[in-house]
Amino acid sequence: MEAVNIFVKGIFIENMIFAYFLGMCSYLAVSKTVKTAVGLGAAVIFVLGITVPINYLLENYVLKEGALSWMGAEYASLDLSFLSFILFIAVIASTVQLVEMIVERFSPALYGALGIFLPLIAVNCSILGGALFMQERQYANIVDATSFGLGSGVGWFLAIVAIAAIREKIQYSNIPAPLKGLGITFIITGLMGMAFMAFMGIEL
Amino acid sequence: MSETIEKAIEKVKEPNEPLFSPKNKRLITDPLNENNPITIQVLGICSALAITVQVKQAVFMSLSVLVVLMAGNFLISALRNLIPSRIRIIVQLVVVATLVTLVDLVLKAYVPEVSEKLSVFVGLIITNCIIMGRFEAFAMANKKWPSVLDAVGNGLGYGVILIVVAVVREIFGSGKFWGIELFGSASELTGVYGMGYMNNNMMILPPMALITVGIIIWIQRARNKNLLEG
Repeated sequence: MEAVNIFVKGIFIENMIFAYFLGMCSYLAVSKTVKTAVGLGAAVIFVLGITVPINYLLENYVLKEGALSWMGAEYASLDLSFLSFILFIAVIASTVQLVEMIVERFSPALYGALGIFLPLIAVNCSILGGALFMQERQYANIVDATSFGLGSGVGWFLAIVAIAAIREKIQYSNIPAPLKGLGITFIITGLMGMAFMAFMGIEL
Repeated sequence: MSETIEKAIEKVKEPNEPLFSPKNKRLITDPLNENNPITIQVLGICSALAITVQVKQAVFMSLSVLVVLMAGNFLISALRNLIPSRIRIIVQLVVVATLVTLVDLVLKAYVPEVSEKLSVFVGLIITNCIIMGRFEAFAMANKKWPSVLDAVGNGLGYGVILIVVAVVREIFGSGKFWGIELFGSASELTGVYGMGYMNNNMMILPPMALITVGIIIWIQRARNKNLLEG
């Protein structure tokens, strides 16, 4: 049950874009049409769903204080958490590379849809953000961590598809010239964030 | 004979540029306004907005990014001929991750209360698009000194926007500047609060950071017609 709560929380209450501004660069750059937004959003769900559990295992069996105790009593006092940034980013970069190759080999159709977005994702803040939030919040087991990863991914997907749909509609509207493009996108995202804050009162 | 050799050597020697030639100065001044990393290039917004609730956090965040960017640009520029282009992204990520780890440990040691508030956002400097962007666009193709100047310019351009947003949000959102109460105490209703003034709590919530940046972009583009989008 807890896993479902974390999933829903990740989508609405702790939305990556509206609550933490993670992955804003690609959110602003790739949201001009709904089609590309769907592609990038799906790739983010995919990669978050894979890297968060991997990093969870890494955190709990290698990095955390006492995590190495499975190797023997003399390792029990080691604390490698200062290595977490380097290892997390290495896992993310290599997973993305690996996923790209596997998808290319086994599902050319999916590769056609996600392919160009996968390299972009290695440096998407929401992926590393997912790993760091997972570390900070200390989920009880790997199921919770996975559902957190998938939930955040779905939340990100929702946000980018929504802004892409709005940007397609406002393309021809009469906006003051200095506000056109980037300015209005920021303000709309702010307004969408306010709407999403309505979910904040929900206790899960 | 020896004269021709000397001349040849002189030709091979690169012309000595003064440290702050006009070209180098532009590397610093451009990112402050016309080529600002946040409002024009739209980079590095990821970790920028969430920490602009208080000026103090914003200042430490800008300093961290500036330090990481300077050291990173210098290192990448020094290594640029050694890095195989196929794996350059991973090399760049490792360089940034190492520098960020150092910065994170320094912050934890000397300003633990700021480090606590910045939480995961220090780590997220790694994926800050400004840093990867400057590595790719500048340090991989330029010498060390211009790369450092470029880093200073972009770091300051990032910091300026961050601090402006933080000043607006802290003053209107919690009535403070650097933690000092400006208008009297909100809870005991002294000073201006006694006359019915209230803090705008909306300003401390995430959406207002986006709207504040949107308005900064609006003002900047209204003043400089060259920046308008079609």
